[in-house]
Amino acid sequence: MTPSMTPSKAEVLQGTLDMLVLKTLDTMGPVHGFGIAMRIQQVSEDLLRLNQGTLYPALLRLEQRGWVNSKWGVSQNNRKAKYYTLTRAGRKQLVKEAEDWSRMCSMINRVLGTS
Amino acid sequence: MSGSLRTFISRLATIFWGRHRDDELDEELRSHLEMATELNERKGMDPETARRQARIQFGGIEQTKEAYRETRGLPAIETMLQDTRYGLRVLRRNPGFTTLAALCLTLGIGANAAVFSWAEGLLFRPYPLVAHQERLVALTGTSRGETDPTSLSWPDFLDLQRSCTLFDSFFVTKITGSALSVGDRAERTVGSIVSANYFDALGLHTILGRGFSPGEDSNRMAHPVAVISYQLWQGRFHGDPQVIGKTQRLNGVSHTIIGVAPEGFYGTFVGWAMQFWVPASMEEIFQAGGYKLEDRSARWIESYARLKPGVTLTQAQQEVSSVGRQLEADYPGTNRGRNFQLWPLWQTPFNNARTLLPTLQIMLAVVTFVLLIACANVGNLLLVRSFGRRHELTVRLAIGARRARLLKQLITEGLVLALLGALGGLAVAHWCQHVLVLLFPARSGVKMYLPGEIDWRVLALSASVCIVATLLFALVPAVQATNIDLAGALKSDSQGVVGNRRGWVRTGLVLVQVSLSFVLLVGAGLLMQSLKRIRTTSPGFETKGVLYTSVDLVSPGYDEQRAKAFDDELIDRVKAVPGVESATLARRVPLGNGTYSATTIAVDGYVPPPDEQPSVEYNEIGPDYFSTVGIALVSGREFTREDDEKAELVSIVNETMVARFWRGASPIGKRLQVKGRWTRVIGVAKDSKYSNVRELPQPFFYVPLRQNFSISTALEIRTLMRPASITVALARELHALDPQLAAYEVISMQEQLDRSTSAQLAAVTLVAILGGLALLLATVGLYAVISYGVSQSRRELGLRMALGADASELIRLVMSRVMALTVSGLLLGTGAALLLTRLLGNLLYKVGPRDPVVFGSAFAVMITTAILGCLLPAVRASKTDPIQALRNG
Repeated sequence: MTPSMTPSKAEVLQGTLDMLVLKTLDTMGPVHGFGIAMRIQQVSEDLLRLNQGTLYPALLRLEQRGWVNSKWGVSQNNRKAKYYTLTRAGRKQLVKEAEDWSRMCSMINRVLGTS
Repeated sequence: MSGSLRTFISRLATIFWGRHRDDELDEELRSHLEMATELNERKGMDPETARRQARIQFGGIEQTKEAYRETRGLPAIETMLQDTRYGLRVLRRNPGFTTLAALCLTLGIGANAAVFSWAEGLLFRPYPLVAHQERLVALTGTSRGETDPTSLSWPDFLDLQRSCTLFDSFFVTKITGSALSVGDRAERTVGSIVSANYFDALGLHTILGRGFSPGEDSNRMAHPVAVISYQLWQGRFHGDPQVIGKTQRLNGVSHTIIGVAPEGFYGTFVGWAMQFWVPASMEEIFQAGGYKLEDRSARWIESYARLKPGVTLTQAQQEVSSVGRQLEADYPGTNRGRNFQLWPLWQTPFNNARTLLPTLQIMLAVVTFVLLIACANVGNLLLVRSFGRRHELTVRLAIGARRARLLKQLITEGLVLALLGALGGLAVAHWCQHVLVLLFPARSGVKMYLPGEIDWRVLALSASVCIVATLLFALVPAVQATNIDLAGALKSDSQGVVGNRRGWVRTGLVLVQVSLSFVLLVGAGLLMQSLKRIRTTSPGFETKGVLYTSVDLVSPGYDEQRAKAFDDELIDRVKAVPGVESATLARRVPLGNGTYSATTIAVDGYVPPPDEQPSVEYNEIGPDYFSTVGIALVSGREFTREDDEKAELVSIVNETMVARFWRGASPIGKRLQVKGRWTRVIGVAKDSKYSNVRELPQPFFYVPLRQNFSISTALEIRTLMRPASITVALARELHALDPQLAAYEVISMQEQLDRSTSAQLAAVTLVAILGGLALLLATVGLYAVISYGVSQSRRELGLRMALGADASELIRLVMSRVMALTVSGLLLGTGAALLLTRLLGNLLYKVGPRDPVVFGSAFAVMITTAILGCLLPAVRASKTDPIQALRNG
């Protein structure tokens, strides 16, 4: 990754994008790629620097694993867009990743706290 | 479905639908950017800024697409497909090169696949439809003091079956010829005498009717039933679904058909397709020597066993050996010095596997050589061609292609070529499946059955040969071709100078070809020489002017009395035919199939070593046998008509027997015990060949047919007439005697000798054919290298010419290079041949593996071929136009 130009914004941590996407889909229901990007930026209050393009390979990866489905649909503005939905396997995966994540966080916190 | 498998399939699928998915991605990204732009505009940006901001927020569009594509597909496979497509295009563009290379590889891979399929179909899995053949083993007897395995007796077989625990089953099969009559049409067929568990042990079910029931193999002559083969059912019974319960006569005895074997099952005797199976209880009808099921000394059956899963051959052998020792202790009279031996299927000693094994082993070596030569050839062609592609490769390296990527591409191209060769090769193998049988002549009208089998194992082996071949022929040129000094190559023009190192590789490849071809030629020469020796060595009897045939008296139901009367009458009538010098009968003709009678003997004054029972083979012969067949008597007299049932029992022994049992003293008038009866020796005959031409001198003796009668005999006739004319006269005489009778084919003893050496002939033919092909390949290789060398050194040749060399000098120059190359190759080849020809071992007869005549001739052939191969390029070199060569060169 290139060094950040605006240090105040955080990079998306390696490997967490999938989880963010899954969580977004879980909250919002069927939504298109742009919608996901907007939502992530909005929720992170614009503090997360997301390269929107990287969403698409991630979505494809999730689809290949059977965690999301995609379907062409029409947006509110009457624009053709691809809509993604979370599958049951995806929901399970999200629960698992969220657990892993909090376990990891608490562990790191513990390590930082003792040092 | 696991995630990773799902991912893989989804990725694999996109390789084929990739283009469609590209369009979809484009559309998705477009809609994303439009939405982003729209949003930006709503925030108050002007359209241009809105669009630019949208793109900046998005990041690199092309990178996204590339990342997307990489996630989507399988880059390795895609690259390979790309290379394959490119390779095919390159090959299409050079049809001449492609054809030549593919033909070479077809030959190399095809020859290998064909030999693999033969080995599979004849040695490793010879019995189609039989499951788990890897657990089948052949079982024979052994006898102390004898090297050859013996047959088994029925009681021994039953004891093995009862006592062994490591086996699923033991079963018996004994090949037998028989006259088969359905209605009034009789013909010669081949079938098997089997134990009742035969079909169950093999795991086969009849397609009609049933197999044998337990107990049908016991009680003398109690079960005249037969299972027939699918071909017999189709051929003689026209696939009649009501065939079960009908009867057919086998050697004159009516048998009820109880079952039809499945299509594709040919019995368990490599070399012949069985037409019927009968239970062992009926063996007397097919076998000489009467009822043998209760006789432990009558060793006549061949047997197989199926090991239990996980049991090794060694464990199994230990078990049968211990049973053998127990039997030896229980029945010393019949089993002293005897035991049992197990054999892996491919070493089965009692069928044609044994004859074919050495031939196939040699073939395997030969085809490996042919493959190497073919690979060297293709490697050379690729190398020559890679000079033409140097420009392309250089440019690609210069604009940043990695060397590994180029190597991968060149090897993929080689693989494409090898695949073409492999496809052709499998076609060749398929076509060769039934070629082997053509090399073996039909006997008594029954054709041998020697199928190749192309199953997944053969396919897998051929595929690995294909890959190895690719690495052999494509790797070196590929490494060479991509080993480019960029700066140097770009500076000089595309008419590249041949570097020294590259020259070495090419020379090396030619050396390999020349030396391997030489080894093959020497091998073929040695085999040819020994065949010639075999066919010209005196077998100890006359081969010219002696004919033999036989008359089937068993089928028409002759009993002993009638047969004796008939025999006398027949001999008188045949002798009376003008042109016939003498005629006689014998139970067996020398070098025929079938087995001689054998007996344990006793001789006054000879004490056999402990634990050994001298067992000697003998023939039952009529009067005038020796003068008719042309075996000289050393002393004593022949049998006459007076040596009949009422006279004293007599015998004639051969020289080896005299040397061994009488220590060279004259045995005339001494006693010899045969089958428990004492006979008086009345003559000594010269040694001759009995079962095959290559056997060593062995003890053998003769007894009068009249005193040891057999209804089935062979008729030997001494005459200068041709077989065809005798056939007519014989048919006339037979008809006069009994209109029912017909003689089998009349053949000369020479023909008989030739038939008995057909395995040698087959080996010679195959090796000679492949040796010839190898020579052709090597010549092509030599030609290609020399032509290329000549075309590359045009400048040098032109210069020489300009300085005053004339055409003959240029020819000499080119020739001397070729000769240097050839002779070095031949020296290498001689070294290899000296080491390798010993492997021919058993197939060589009276020819040393280092026979100087053969080596010399092979040398001469190679040199001549080399001269022929480079004549054209040499002449072309001499026609170089110096001006043009110097201007362009």
